[in-house]
Amino acid sequence: MNEPIIEVNDVSVMFRLYRERVDGIKEFVIKKIKNQIAYDEFWALKDIHFYVGRGEAIGLVGRNGSGKSTLLKTIAGVLKPTRGNVKIRGTVAPMIELGAGFDMELTAAENVFLNGAILGYPREMLEENMEKIIEFSELRDFMDVPIKNFSSGMFARLGFAVATIYTPDILIVDEILSVGDWQFQEKCQRRIHEMLEQGTTLLFVSHSMEQVKSICNRAILINHGEMMLDDSVDKVWERYNQL
Amino acid sequence: MSTYIHNFFAYKELLKELVRRDIKIKYRRSVLGILWSVLNPLGMMVIMSVVFSHVFRGNIENFPVYLMCGQIIFNFYNEASSVAMGSILGNAALIRKVYVPKYLFPMSKVCSCFVNLLTSFIALLIVIVFTGTKLSWTVLLIFIPILYVFLFSLGMGLLLSALVVAFRDLMHLYGVLLTAWLYLTPIFYPVEILPGWVKTIVGLNPLTNIITMLRELIMYGALPGMMLHVKCIISCLTALVLGIVVFHKQQDTFILKV
Repeated sequence: MNEPIIEVNDVSVMFRLYRERVDGIKEFVIKKIKNQIAYDEFWALKDIHFYVGRGEAIGLVGRNGSGKSTLLKTIAGVLKPTRGNVKIRGTVAPMIELGAGFDMELTAAENVFLNGAILGYPREMLEENMEKIIEFSELRDFMDVPIKNFSSGMFARLGFAVATIYTPDILIVDEILSVGDWQFQEKCQRRIHEMLEQGTTLLFVSHSMEQVKSICNRAILINHGEMMLDDSVDKVWERYNQL
Repeated sequence: MSTYIHNFFAYKELLKELVRRDIKIKYRRSVLGILWSVLNPLGMMVIMSVVFSHVFRGNIENFPVYLMCGQIIFNFYNEASSVAMGSILGNAALIRKVYVPKYLFPMSKVCSCFVNLLTSFIALLIVIVFTGTKLSWTVLLIFIPILYVFLFSLGMGLLLSALVVAFRDLMHLYGVLLTAWLYLTPIFYPVEILPGWVKTIVGLNPLTNIITMLRELIMYGALPGMMLHVKCIISCLTALVLGIVVFHKQQDTFILKV
């Protein structure tokens, strides 16, 4: 029963940085003949290893470009690690970017169904919860408007409302709370707390230490793709400031 | 394998939703809506009939129906394979952010074009009634060539969508290829008028076989021979296997390249 819900086993991710972009047949053939396809290896993550227990709320902190988002993407299953593996026991709701699956031409209501389907929610469930989504996103008057006319705040509200309508086993949140006004940010935090109480496991990336402190009970510090520290939020924060 | 099937059923809702989106966007803000899918092939048929029935006069009986059978199949293949080709690149934003089975994108495009194909059969029906073509019971079997062209397009769509991620210029090349393909498919001419070597090429064209089968069922009330079925099945299987293998091998690199 006490099996970890997320196992990250020695995960390394390598990107090839091509000196020149080769994305056509013509270029490929020419470069291949001249033997000019050169690239540098870049290890975005190096041997990251940690387990997350059910119900934990973990903050990932680190400078820009340290590999936080890459790590979240491997956990969300978007990116396959070059070495190592990730084991997930449960459903994952990735909020790496709010409204990633939105189609600009469709109305807000239609996008709720599309985005919901991308996250794997059945249509009936979305229909049942439509009222809740409308209420949470405060977009009652705009549900039949194509979302290309939306502001970025409205976008974020709708995205957050759809993604959190159902309590997943694992919630992945990547710096999305920085959008929207402070009332909305608070509302999102309240919703996250609610989900935590219901037993959701949280992986949280934020540059705002207050948010991490108020939500998380454990933090992991990543620097240049390596795991520096896995400890309480305060200790990690201290170490992060010394970087 | 069973996990694949399980995964497919878990995401069939998304497939439906993607097809629904395509259809909605296509007909949004057009007054005539889905009627365009009927009017478009009808209009083309009228123009082509006027042009070609004078050029190839007397060669083909019931030219409007002959033309339309070819046109419907080729247009479907043309549209389905082209839009499926761009589907991975077009959904790049999504592929980078959320995990979804990636084959859903080309598959949904082929499915939404398939809906258009079914509506253009209404146009064919109108022409059949208008020209007084006598149908026999074999018309009930037209789902067979329709299934073939669907599978063939799906295979090609998977293959092309995976390849174009690595080689963007394939898009332009394929446009040229499609034009050549159009002329190498007996849509508005009979196969018999072709010189020997061209005839061989046209005979090897999978779309030729599918169109021939459709015409036999609709126009001549004949059951297609075994050989024709074998040819169609081989081309569908080849396209599907090739498409699935290439797509499967390439799909983990999409996120790095889109």
